[in-house]
Amino acid sequence: MVIAAPQTVDVDVNAVIDKLKEKFPEAVKNDTRQGYKGVIVDKSKLVEVATSIRDEFGFDYLSSATGVDYLGIADEMEMVYHAYRTTGGPALVFKAQTPRDNPEIPSLIDVWPGVDFQEREVWDLYGIRFPGHPNLQRILLWEGFNGHPMRKDWKEAYFEEDHKPFESRWPAGHVHRIEEKNAYGHNVMYPADLDLSRLTDTSEESLYNSLGLGVDVQDLTGEGGIKTDRLVVNLGPHHPSTHGVFRMVVTLDGETIETLDPVMGYLHRNHEKIGERNSFLQNMPFTDRLDYISSMSNNLGYALAVEQLLALGARYQPPTYRAEVIRVLMAELTRIVNHLWSLGFLLNDLGAFFTPMLYANNEREKILDFFEATAGSRLMCNYMRFGGVFKDIPERIHSVVNMVNDKVRDYNTMDYLTEMINERLPRFMDEYERLLVNNEILKTRTVGVGVLPADRAIAYSTCGPLLRGSGVAYDIRRSDPYSIYPELDFDIPVGQNGDIYDRFMVRVYEIRESLRILKQILPRLERTKGEEVVSKFNYLGRVPIGESYGRVENPKGELGYYVVSAGDEKGPQNPWRYHIRAPSFINLTALGPMSKGYKVADVVTILGSIDIVLGETDR
Amino acid sequence: MTMYGQGILRGLTITLRHLVRTYFNDMRYMGKKYFNQSEFELRQGMKTEGIYTVQYPEEKIAVPERFRFTPFLVVEDADHPERPGEDWCTSCGICAKVCPPQCIWIVRGEDPVTKRPIPEPQAFYIDIDICMNCGYCAEFCPFDAIKMDHDYEMASYDRTTAHIHDKEKLSKPFSYWLNIAPTTANEEAEARGSWEHSDTVKSKKKAGVPSVAYTPTTDPSQVMQMIRATMPEPAPAAEAAPTAERSAAAVAQAGPSAEDALKAERLRKRQEALARKLSKEAGSQ
Repeated sequence: MVIAAPQTVDVDVNAVIDKLKEKFPEAVKNDTRQGYKGVIVDKSKLVEVATSIRDEFGFDYLSSATGVDYLGIADEMEMVYHAYRTTGGPALVFKAQTPRDNPEIPSLIDVWPGVDFQEREVWDLYGIRFPGHPNLQRILLWEGFNGHPMRKDWKEAYFEEDHKPFESRWPAGHVHRIEEKNAYGHNVMYPADLDLSRLTDTSEESLYNSLGLGVDVQDLTGEGGIKTDRLVVNLGPHHPSTHGVFRMVVTLDGETIETLDPVMGYLHRNHEKIGERNSFLQNMPFTDRLDYISSMSNNLGYALAVEQLLALGARYQPPTYRAEVIRVLMAELTRIVNHLWSLGFLLNDLGAFFTPMLYANNEREKILDFFEATAGSRLMCNYMRFGGVFKDIPERIHSVVNMVNDKVRDYNTMDYLTEMINERLPRFMDEYERLLVNNEILKTRTVGVGVLPADRAIAYSTCGPLLRGSGVAYDIRRSDPYSIYPELDFDIPVGQNGDIYDRFMVRVYEIRESLRILKQILPRLERTKGEEVVSKFNYLGRVPIGESYGRVENPKGELGYYVVSAGDEKGPQNPWRYHIRAPSFINLTALGPMSKGYKVADVVTILGSIDIVLGETDR
Repeated sequence: MTMYGQGILRGLTITLRHLVRTYFNDMRYMGKKYFNQSEFELRQGMKTEGIYTVQYPEEKIAVPERFRFTPFLVVEDADHPERPGEDWCTSCGICAKVCPPQCIWIVRGEDPVTKRPIPEPQAFYIDIDICMNCGYCAEFCPFDAIKMDHDYEMASYDRTTAHIHDKEKLSKPFSYWLNIAPTTANEEAEARGSWEHSDTVKSKKKAGVPSVAYTPTTDPSQVMQMIRATMPEPAPAAEAAPTAERSAAAVAQAGPSAEDALKAERLRKRQEALARKLSKEAGSQ
């Protein structure tokens, strides 16, 4: 394990943009819209400009690629790309525009293979085609879905209103259940060219036809000259190792993996469309449901994105110092919670059933008790607000006997936290390391398995422990700092080999580093006692026009929120665009290449080492 | 040069230690483990070394004050001297507007004669299947009238009827709120400057009558006493008449027997809980 050197964060993006405009005077223009950043690139030159951005200007990491539909504002669709340097610094934002009828933008998959899933997602939800993409198919929805739901003119069945709050709730108040209106079968539309016989076809081939595997299942068993038995094996969607509803279609040669196709979207609920309908504030509890293991940091990322927009306006009050301290406290506790969970489940995937997991969960419970007493819920915390937090941490973690509950606890919160951070968790980590780190079975199963080299890890836009396990010291807390992280003392652990063991160890060391941060947080909490932390953001609050990309180092990797506020002169209440750059989703791009050449049993472990959560992957 | 298998053996000693510690503590707490409050706190706290579970449903951990499950509506206690059983809700609709999944439906109250809106909901529904327990309604309610409940055992065999809560099912007395969340209730009363509803405070101020000043307490009966103490001897006739009329109408609408049965049920549950608490306390000493 290596401790990474500090990163350079003072990159002058404007100078880069000037040079870029010099080089491509025709194709690159400044984005001059109010509140927008970056450049607009002519789509015919997009690949050329992107290659130059990557190679000459060193923006080698494409964080996010997403679409926006500006129906009613510009009658255009837009792709927005956020590129970063893995040595640190702010984003270079570039965009490509295309008319709404027949939208088409060249694929960047040859420049950054990491856009693979993201472009498929944009095709799926917006219907923008990407010439050059080798496998442009729907990814979250199924192929029998009619239309592209994120387009502004797409309305779901029994559509009620464009924006919440809905008129029917107050003052008229007629109560109904949506299922009463939504009788199954009456609102289903299929695209005209869909072969409906596929729905009733239960043959083996129909399972895989839509995947574009390039392998004919019939051919494999015939006399095609293949000597070994090549098989297509379906793992999931209902399989304990997939950590949710997730499917992997694996082509095997003997027991060795040739290709692996992840199939996802079983938990898709079009979170982003719901988000556009919600007000900015109403989205906060919805972010809890993304990565439901680490809801506190999800909240933080969204709060940062909206605060960037609010800061464009005049009457914005940034969070107080204490609010920032509490936010970091929560974010780091969440990191510990998440890593304890993921270490435990990685061991489960290896076959060490439940003992390591339950030991880890025992500690996790203690942190969740604190969350429950502070935010009101163990998992769905909904704790951060724009410009503050929900409430200060309570004086005592304390409960009262009532009709249903009788076992009472009462602890002083600061004593509880101090003892947990200074004694209990370090003691537990010592023990946990003794239990696992030198275990021979663990090492045999993980060392040298699922190797992802550093250059591939960057190219696939992977993030979090997966990226750092491959030896890339990219951590947003250091490379593009937010909140009070610049004044805190901590290191970024990175691996050397990029195998499962390194990812495992990165997580172990990150827990230690989080504890180090928390030890510095405790005196700050004491010092700032009594400072106001509750935000003044009203439930009717309006957000200035503009775009923002708020990103945090979530336990699972980089969580980014691309939020656009548009459509209303005075500043709207609802986001025009609300996109989530989900770490689990993009990390899965590397799953196929990483698994190639290993055995079936390793796939489960490799997937476990990425640490995915399907609530976030499928959104 | 290390021996192969050393890491595994070392790990096994740790699992063995966990096992021994758990049972060692079990023996130490023998006899009083499931009854003693302080031992329970110790076992669930930071200092514990063994591995313990809570024997749900025989044991139930009381949830912290800020715990939020589904919302309920605060109404005045039945023995409130001025406005027994009246809603705190003024049907302003903020909870319905701020609710992220839009699970709240309110019919704004209106005067049957003049058709003017009155500060009281005619009907109030929450679909608890849709409710995402975010707590925004309670957070943004300007009258402290909607609160998040602690009762999480709501499973039922029929979700189509049992899971849309109407006003009757949602209403719980103020003393219940003071009971489950004393600290928060005190903070709110301090912010209002009184133990009474903010509208009452306002109207009393207008009439020149002093309202109940805020004094820290966690005892509902003490709050009632304080309210009684500040009441002027002859109740203001103009205020009292429509109140009495309205509550009489409400009782007539709901049917007296149903209302009484509900009240009796609530009272019985509260008494049971109290008796349980007392017996536990007696047992632990």
